[in-house]
Amino acid sequence: MSLTEHSLLIRSTTDNLDKVRAFVEKHAAAASFPPAAVENVKMAVDEACANVIEHAYGNETGHVIEISILTFDDRLVVRLRDQGKKFDQTTYEEPDLATFVRQKKSGGFGVHLMRKLMDEVEYRHLDGQNETLLIKYRDAS
Amino acid sequence: MSDFSVSFRSNGDVRILDLNGELDAHTASELESAIEKCREEGSVQIIVNGKQLVYISSAGLGVFMAFIEELRERGGDIKIASLRPKVYNVFDLLGFPMLFDITDTEEEAVSRFSTTVSD
Repeated sequence: MSLTEHSLLIRSTTDNLDKVRAFVEKHAAAASFPPAAVENVKMAVDEACANVIEHAYGNETGHVIEISILTFDDRLVVRLRDQGKKFDQTTYEEPDLATFVRQKKSGGFGVHLMRKLMDEVEYRHLDGQNETLLIKYRDAS
Repeated sequence: MSDFSVSFRSNGDVRILDLNGELDAHTASELESAIEKCREEGSVQIIVNGKQLVYISSAGLGVFMAFIEELRERGGDIKIASLRPKVYNVFDLLGFPMLFDITDTEEEAVSRFSTTVSD
């Protein structure tokens, strides 16, 4: 059981990303996480939502993303749920910045950044629904 | 909606873009348009001043990645100056300092362009 749980529903448009960041910042700070950790969680959730909008929903507006923040004694978990396209983890490769620059690529390292910012990132697809869990422990850096 | 704007200045042949606000997946297209504008004007020496930039996500970083190679091929560069520590940390986390010229001050970035030209 989590100690607290707060949820936010947004439409799948990037102009909602600032609302997502404000929501995460408010509840991560209220759970007494240090400012640097709050900042990291905020960024990671921003990246995760931007990925859902662009990739799972193919930039189609009108879909819904549910963002829930669950706090436990030892950790904070942000859970994202969407009904978009499944993320194929088998074809995912860690990006190389130098190669991306040579190829003039403008994206593709959101997942990489999420993993650097959080302690754990989990993804599963179940019953037509994507679920991403972003986890930050209290004692980890 | 995220608040972001870009304003333009010049210092000789160098175009300086002052970024203000939050650069995310929603506002990254504004930075893209600003760099496109420089390119159309024939400006290849660009300094991005991040003194008033309070937030950046990977979509914002991606704009720099998309343009840097072409500008360098044309003898120019994008130099990034005066980043706030919180924003610099994001650049650093992804290894940007290895590939991009990031300076503490705008003056330093301008002088590096001058050095490159006289070389």
